[in-house]
Amino acid sequence: MTEVLDTANAIGRPIKRKEDARLLHGQTNWTDNIQLPGTVHMAILRSPVAHANITKLDISGALKRPNVVAAFGAEELGDLNGSVPCVWPVTDDIVMPDFPALAKGKVHHMGDCVAVVLATDATSAVDALEAIDVEYDVLPAVIDMEKAIAPGSTIVHEDKGTNTCYVYNLGGGYDEVAAKADVIVKRRFINQRLIPAFMEPRSVVAAPMGMSDEITVWSSTQIPHILRVLLALVTGVPENNLRIIAPDVGGGFGGKLQIYREEILVTQLARKLGKPVKWTETRSEDMVASHHGRDQIQDIELAATKDGKMLGLKVTLLADMGAYLQIITPGTPLLGMFMYPGIYKMDAYDFTCTGVFTNKTPTDAYRGAGRPEATYAIERIVDELANELGMEPMELRRKNWITHEEFPYTTVAGLTYDTGNYEAATAKALEMFDYDGLRAEQKQRRESGDPVQLGIGISTFTEMCGLAPSRTLGALKYVAGGWEHCTVRLLPTGKVEVITGTSPHGQGHETAWSQIASSILGVPVEDIEVIHGDTGRAPYGMDTYGSRSLAVGGQAIKAASERLVDKARVIAAHQLECSPSDLEFVEGVFSVKGDAEKSQPLGAVAFEAFTAHNLPDGVEPTLSAEATIDPQDFSYPHGTHLAAMEVDTETGKVTLRKYVCVDDIGIQVNPMIVEGQVHGGLAQGIAQAMYEGASYDEDGLLQTASLADYLIPSSMDLPSFITGSTVTPSTTHPLGTKGVGEAGAIASTPAIINGIVDALRPLGVNEMAMPASPMTVWKTIQAAKGGAA
Amino acid sequence: MQHISVTVDGMEYNAEVEPRTLLVHWLRNGIGKVGTVVGCDTSNCGACTVLLDGRSVKSCSVLAVQANGSEVTTIQGLADGNEWHPVQTAFKECHGLQCGYCTPGMVLAAVDLLGENPNPSEAEIREGLEGNLCRCTGYHNIVKSVAYAAELMGGGSK
Repeated sequence: MTEVLDTANAIGRPIKRKEDARLLHGQTNWTDNIQLPGTVHMAILRSPVAHANITKLDISGALKRPNVVAAFGAEELGDLNGSVPCVWPVTDDIVMPDFPALAKGKVHHMGDCVAVVLATDATSAVDALEAIDVEYDVLPAVIDMEKAIAPGSTIVHEDKGTNTCYVYNLGGGYDEVAAKADVIVKRRFINQRLIPAFMEPRSVVAAPMGMSDEITVWSSTQIPHILRVLLALVTGVPENNLRIIAPDVGGGFGGKLQIYREEILVTQLARKLGKPVKWTETRSEDMVASHHGRDQIQDIELAATKDGKMLGLKVTLLADMGAYLQIITPGTPLLGMFMYPGIYKMDAYDFTCTGVFTNKTPTDAYRGAGRPEATYAIERIVDELANELGMEPMELRRKNWITHEEFPYTTVAGLTYDTGNYEAATAKALEMFDYDGLRAEQKQRRESGDPVQLGIGISTFTEMCGLAPSRTLGALKYVAGGWEHCTVRLLPTGKVEVITGTSPHGQGHETAWSQIASSILGVPVEDIEVIHGDTGRAPYGMDTYGSRSLAVGGQAIKAASERLVDKARVIAAHQLECSPSDLEFVEGVFSVKGDAEKSQPLGAVAFEAFTAHNLPDGVEPTLSAEATIDPQDFSYPHGTHLAAMEVDTETGKVTLRKYVCVDDIGIQVNPMIVEGQVHGGLAQGIAQAMYEGASYDEDGLLQTASLADYLIPSSMDLPSFITGSTVTPSTTHPLGTKGVGEAGAIASTPAIINGIVDALRPLGVNEMAMPASPMTVWKTIQAAKGGAA
Repeated sequence: MQHISVTVDGMEYNAEVEPRTLLVHWLRNGIGKVGTVVGCDTSNCGACTVLLDGRSVKSCSVLAVQANGSEVTTIQGLADGNEWHPVQTAFKECHGLQCGYCTPGMVLAAVDLLGENPNPSEAEIREGLEGNLCRCTGYHNIVKSVAYAAELMGGGSK
């Protein structure tokens, strides 16, 4: 066993990011920056309607426009028109409609691709779209999920004969415990549709490289490795001839965890035309064509005794798939399936999810992916139970949560949480928040009839991170694994390459991964180069999503670094003429125990390994090591989030006055980056509660199709946050880490809504739709008062 | 086509542009200033913000021909040689960026804000950056960065 060095101790330090110098000087390599000689630019004619038969499509007009090189509809594209794949057929009888990159005779959502034009410059390509002659026979749009699965509904994919994609069941026994319950609280929550809206619009460049048969595809993606496999399968390009590069990627949040139709089209057309093809979406295209998130109707029942002991939970979901199944569309709601019981002990759990097709943009993973929905439902209904029982909501939680002595604990949903300390995180959060003081102020405001009422919102959450043990994924019918790879190379000059399969897009992997390797190799952080996001340079990987990069990828970096030290130790022992076990390794230097004069730094070992003049028998030249690690289990970050909400009962205006969170994500590699991840997650979760919602009209037209209509919060819409942490290391992850990318987004939404409802309880308000805009809040208050809204 | 002469990051460029060409498109596609980026098509996000004669503008809302005879500073010309602008330094020190896509616009908007108000309060910083969207940071560390930049520049946050 290799000693892990305390002396290098790069783990746990808030080191400033290596990435920033480039990003702060505009020395970036966004996909749209790539300008290859001879590039042709693609523009897409998209469906302006939700559901229609294409009765006429004539592209010939576009071909006559200046600078146009080619144009294609589905007919012209023929066999090159690949189907967008779904890799998570969640049930044996799941309905999987064909999803051609270019629509074949029928469009199924606003933004569906109808035809493409390629021109020598992007402007000419866009201009020529208007010369395409297209006619639609518009059909009724399927918008409402309940209507979609009712008899007589228009069917989105007629050949399938149903709008039900799948029905998934888990658990059982709820009815039995409910029969014994004193109280059953039932609620319907609408977890509205959201748009990821990463700041960098998607962009793809594909180029035949002229040497060998390689096609290089640059894409603004979170998943270059998975994209390579899937593009090979869809396009027929041999996988070995495809190189995928994710250069600088400007945010993803799940929205770039995808193989998009545009990636297929650009790749196929580069092959067909034999020259580089480029496409960059406009924001308006992004809003209708990049996948959306959430969109569930949640019917929740919580059964309990009159003294507040939870007995069982029943979850019945309708999950909007949208018009097609993308990479993990059907599985996304099921990522939440295990999390509905949250941190609570109970005896029974029934879960049913029905996936439903509608004429809307497909849904898929968005920051948290299933787990924010689950956390929202459980944390909202726990507050409703507390209200029903007349109990203090935190007391009810305490009474039911898993205590720190009870870990590892197998939940009613079947997961085994390895560690946690909900008491510690909560105690810290309550103190930082001044919970008692704010409750006193709330009481005073209620008594004085203040028009601005104060509410306190609680969210005590956990999540499953670190996707994922491959066998578990297999059991859930996901068609890939959840391992991660790392190769560590010590170069002859003493510099280090850490080659990772994770693919960052803002998370600071170059800095944090250097810290992990530094802590083991004793090499300074600045001498370590992290290589990622290029299947040519980092051939193995499962990429970045699901708070997995540190939890899984970090393990691979640790293991590979330790293996490298093991090999170096054998070489150093040979050089120093001692047994490997006689050597200690401190701050990058091997020295003979008890004789520190006899020593060799790791860099010198690397040079010996390079020259190979004097290696022990049986030891191969060069100094590198690799590790591919399948995680033992998920990790379970948790935390306590508290929101002080001021609600103007006369206008409906809601102000987030104070937000405190204490997250336990285990060991922190770089606390500065951790805090940043929490802040960003909070912003997105708060945005779901207060600001964002994709809305469609009855014809299926997206009403929030630009950043002028879809309300991403600005600096004026959010406060500064008060963040803290407790550290309960994961026992199933060797670095003790758990993952932090999604925590803020998962925890914050119910904290906000619970706070608003808490403020308005005296007015008889027990529910609040999201986003809680002033109009929504005002109408809810009026309805509770019995007045006309 | 119309002739324009624009000084960008200290170098004078002469070009023929279509009258409809947006300044940001000319910067990116005309002269390769790809540090300036496009994030939307409705002038909401501010990612394309540059300094035009010292004041911040969204370069998607200005025609290239309107910049004729002007001086433009992009994120690529903000540093003085190897010397970082204090706003750049502050964003690194305070972790005011994650993916970095909004950063060019955010930094230049902050430079203008601090030029106008060297001593801004948190509320004034938030108001001053309202036109620049960030999806990664929740603005928390951006606000801290601008306050710290004010300090570095001799003003200091209220």
